[in-house]
Amino acid sequence: MSWGFLRDLLSGVNKYSTGVGRIWVAVVFMFRLLVYVAAAENIWKYEHDEFECNIKQPGCENVCFDHFFPVSHIRLWALQLIMVSTPSLLVVFHVAYRENREKRHNQKLYRNPGEIDGGLLCTYLISLILKTGFEIVFLVLFYKLYNGFKIPHLVKCDIRPCPSTVDCYISKPTEKMIFLYFLVATSCLCIILNLSELSYLILKYSLKCYLKRNMKKQQ
Amino acid sequence: MDWGSLHAILGGVNKHSTSIGKIWLTVLFIFRIMILVVAAERVWGDEQQDFVCNTLQPGCKNVCYDHFFPISHIRLWALQMIFVSTPALLVAMHVAYRRHEKKRQFRKGDQKCEYKDIEEIRRQRFHIEGSLWWTYTGSIFFRLIFEAVFMYAFYFMYDGFRMPRLMKCSAWPCPNTVDCFVSRPTEKTVFTIFMIAVSSICILLNVAELCYLVTKFFLRRSKKAGNSKQQPNHENKEETKQNEMNELISDSCQNTVIGFSS
Repeated sequence: MSWGFLRDLLSGVNKYSTGVGRIWVAVVFMFRLLVYVAAAENIWKYEHDEFECNIKQPGCENVCFDHFFPVSHIRLWALQLIMVSTPSLLVVFHVAYRENREKRHNQKLYRNPGEIDGGLLCTYLISLILKTGFEIVFLVLFYKLYNGFKIPHLVKCDIRPCPSTVDCYISKPTEKMIFLYFLVATSCLCIILNLSELSYLILKYSLKCYLKRNMKKQQ
Repeated sequence: MDWGSLHAILGGVNKHSTSIGKIWLTVLFIFRIMILVVAAERVWGDEQQDFVCNTLQPGCKNVCYDHFFPISHIRLWALQMIFVSTPALLVAMHVAYRRHEKKRQFRKGDQKCEYKDIEEIRRQRFHIEGSLWWTYTGSIFFRLIFEAVFMYAFYFMYDGFRMPRLMKCSAWPCPNTVDCFVSRPTEKTVFTIFMIAVSSICILLNVAELCYLVTKFFLRRSKKAGNSKQQPNHENKEETKQNEMNELISDSCQNTVIGFSS
């Protein structure tokens, strides 16, 4: 079980997405998942070993690290990727349910089980809202946990058993900050894509309904 | 999830690329990505652990390392390869869109559609012409820009492509100017030069592909213009022939009439 599972999941979702949805899948693959696995993971690999405090007191480093990094950036990033990709499963499940229904009743109930209309449209819209929601929640979490998106190279720590205010040095702060900004930028891009897809779908189907109603009135 | 997935994505685009594009993709995967994964990552693997400063002051090493390596070579290369591969996705999306349109035509039973079944549409290779030409050329242009930007960023950040053995650092909390030693500087220099050389080859391939596409475009245009000029001549020749035949027929008719009348 590894990121390959998420990749396969997203490939499955791609089939039932709109054009903007496919762009979103491509952005998540290339700029988030691939960057995470190929580059970001290694930056944070030895973060605890390389976290150094100007003190010999045993336990002080551990306690300070735990205080300043309750959840590591890289773990939050991984969680964000998983949570943001999961709502697309709703669409896959709904299409599978439709296909199952057709099989059970042994007749063609839908013009095309994968076409986004009716109930599947609602599911798709809900998945978009959930995706956007998760993105925003994680961005806010990042902001609140780490006081912005900056990573200082020095933090001052005075938690027991540290005997006084001790200087602790974070490893590779500039590199971590560059990738953090990259993460924020791609998250924002994904939010914009989701919102445009949402507006596009709502507009398209409201127009369709309006035209249908007009035609019925004329008849 | 690793570079293999990127290979799978770009492999699909390969079918619709020019020959130079196929060579570029091979160079990218064999001489850049594979070298990065198999060799370069090991060389830079123990980067910070083996970065040693001549001081016992805690924190000095961290700060000096961060000062001299704001972003590691290996990460820059990984980002470069991701950015350079992304424009090919534009082509993949365009091809997928065309395929989707052809499938829709086929399903509607459009007589204009010349395919026998959906499998044929899926397997079909699209020629680089029309709007696909613009997408393809645009993608090569972006590739060139990304390559150039990353090469410049490398040069700018590391003052050239050489990895020095020793760096002098006086950032706080180092108590004075401290000697810091980089691990494996020669090996890192060799790999850096190798990667830069292969980047340059890729830039040359992209420029050659761009020139090839532009030349092909203008040749096609001049051929079309040439064809449309020849056709009126043909028409003129045929018209004169028809005129001659009409005259012959009318002459023979007249003769017959005259013959009857006389």
